[in-house]
Amino acid sequence: MSPMQNPTLRLDLDHLRLGEREVLRDLHLTLRPGEWVAVVGPNGAGKSTLLRALAGLLPSGGALRLDDRPWPLLSRRERAQALAWLGPAELDGTGTELRAEEAVMLGRLPHQGWMGLASAADRQAVTEALAAVDALPWRHRPLHTLSAGERQRVLLARALAVHAPVLLLDEPLTHLDSPHQADWLRLMRAQAAQGRAVCSVLHELHLALRADRLWVLSQGRVAYDGPAQQPAAREALQAAFGQRLRFVPDDDGWLALPA
Amino acid sequence: MRWQPLALTLLLLALSGGLLLLGTSVGAQGLDAALWQAPSLVTELRLPRSLAAWGCGALLGLAGAIAQGLFRNPLADPYLLGASAGASLGVALALVLAGSAGGALMAGSGWGLNLAAFAGAWAALGLTVLLSRGVSHTPRLLLAGVIVGVVLAAATQGLTLLDPSTLRPMQSFMLGSTSLLGWSQVALSLPLLAIALLLALMSSRTLDALGLGEATARSLGLPLDGTRALLLALLALCSGAAVAQCGLVAFVGLVAPHTVRALGVSRYRWLLPLSAISGGGLLLAADIVSRWVAAPIELPVGLPTALLGGAYLLSRLPRGEAR
Repeated sequence: MSPMQNPTLRLDLDHLRLGEREVLRDLHLTLRPGEWVAVVGPNGAGKSTLLRALAGLLPSGGALRLDDRPWPLLSRRERAQALAWLGPAELDGTGTELRAEEAVMLGRLPHQGWMGLASAADRQAVTEALAAVDALPWRHRPLHTLSAGERQRVLLARALAVHAPVLLLDEPLTHLDSPHQADWLRLMRAQAAQGRAVCSVLHELHLALRADRLWVLSQGRVAYDGPAQQPAAREALQAAFGQRLRFVPDDDGWLALPA
Repeated sequence: MRWQPLALTLLLLALSGGLLLLGTSVGAQGLDAALWQAPSLVTELRLPRSLAAWGCGALLGLAGAIAQGLFRNPLADPYLLGASAGASLGVALALVLAGSAGGALMAGSGWGLNLAAFAGAWAALGLTVLLSRGVSHTPRLLLAGVIVGVVLAAATQGLTLLDPSTLRPMQSFMLGSTSLLGWSQVALSLPLLAIALLLALMSSRTLDALGLGEATARSLGLPLDGTRALLLALLALCSGAAVAQCGLVAFVGLVAPHTVRALGVSRYRWLLPLSAISGGGLLLAADIVSRWVAAPIELPVGLPTALLGGAYLLSRLPRGEAR
């Protein structure tokens, strides 16, 4: 898909309830092609719920639009091709014998017929995705034999293999070691440079501040929506995290450290 | 050890074929040559019994594979959602209602009891789905299954206490029995197996994707609700039919998919048919053992499956070393 065709994802939602509890309110967010957004905020601020709402996994009626088309009007296949979602790392691989490359191949389902037969293009996409997360050497190992960090990289490859113009990642860096976190950063920049819209929930503030745009969530509201390196972004972060941060300048801009 | 799925399929089919040959050659005197000396004995008794035992085991193996994939739980078995308890209650009710004729009914074609068990299994599953308010919430579904199982088992116990004449036939049902199987059961179980396997195979991609979590499967554009309802119906159909014909055969539905997994099969398009084939082989082997070991006395088929299945699962227990 060429960058020109890549869609914009919009969410306009006054209230989002899960059961009795109101988790999010006053959401008016736009995820643009070619932009990497980092979602940050304290525990329980509603980050994962926001990402699920963006992924169309919560009933939100016509509040979610892909370009100008309301989400419910899209077919299941259109949705799955437009948007890849990586859930929080809760999977430990029990209950499935899937091997790494078979798990990544599941990311090709939105492009396959109902029998799920893999084409040469599917196999190439899987190989590329595995290579992108440095997972090719153990592509044949079952998920449950991998370490938590290795498994997380395979699941990231699964999301990449969809080749969706919108990429939503919920805490993709959980269990990843520092070199692979740096690899991930480069990977996300490359995805955005290819015209994809990337939105990732991050607890790693030092990496979140490297994003193009920051959404700071606090108590179910978006407290800040703008460039990550602005002074206003740092103020919003301080307010959201109860003044428990310390910002230090670095070659690439500001860093956030615990205080 | 990793096997190519196709090679494994052929091997397991050959094994089943060998067992079928053995099954038709084992009689009250142990191994004999009835295949040549008394063909009618083989075609009217041993062959249909062996084929039907294989069919029931295959239904259980398929149901086990479906249950384990659907609930993402390696301990899930075909009886999980109360089907076994429902079938037991159905049989107990039929026996009590038939009164002293119960023995005659059991000794006859067995169709009456088959029907009662099948209806009971379906009623229990319906009750489970009703209590869990649909099929979309897995923990609620499992909990409802446990509740239905416990309550119906208590009702069954109560019934058998009220009418002691039902004790013996109930016992043989609870232990599992292949002794009443004939051509009519073959005609039921094999076509049912073919249909259920075909429908399940169409859902194999969903079962694979469920291994990555329900939300991920949904985000991949899979019609989760419809597929889940279909798979639950297949689970009920397979386990209900197997229970109706053989009683409560322990462990086959649990062991068959585990064996196939242990041989390195990872995707459901192979896991489903291979679990069915190995389930069939397992129950047929158990049937042969139960007829052979203490011949001319016949043991309940549930005894060898429980012993062999238990020993197998024990051998598969993690021994504390890191994986």
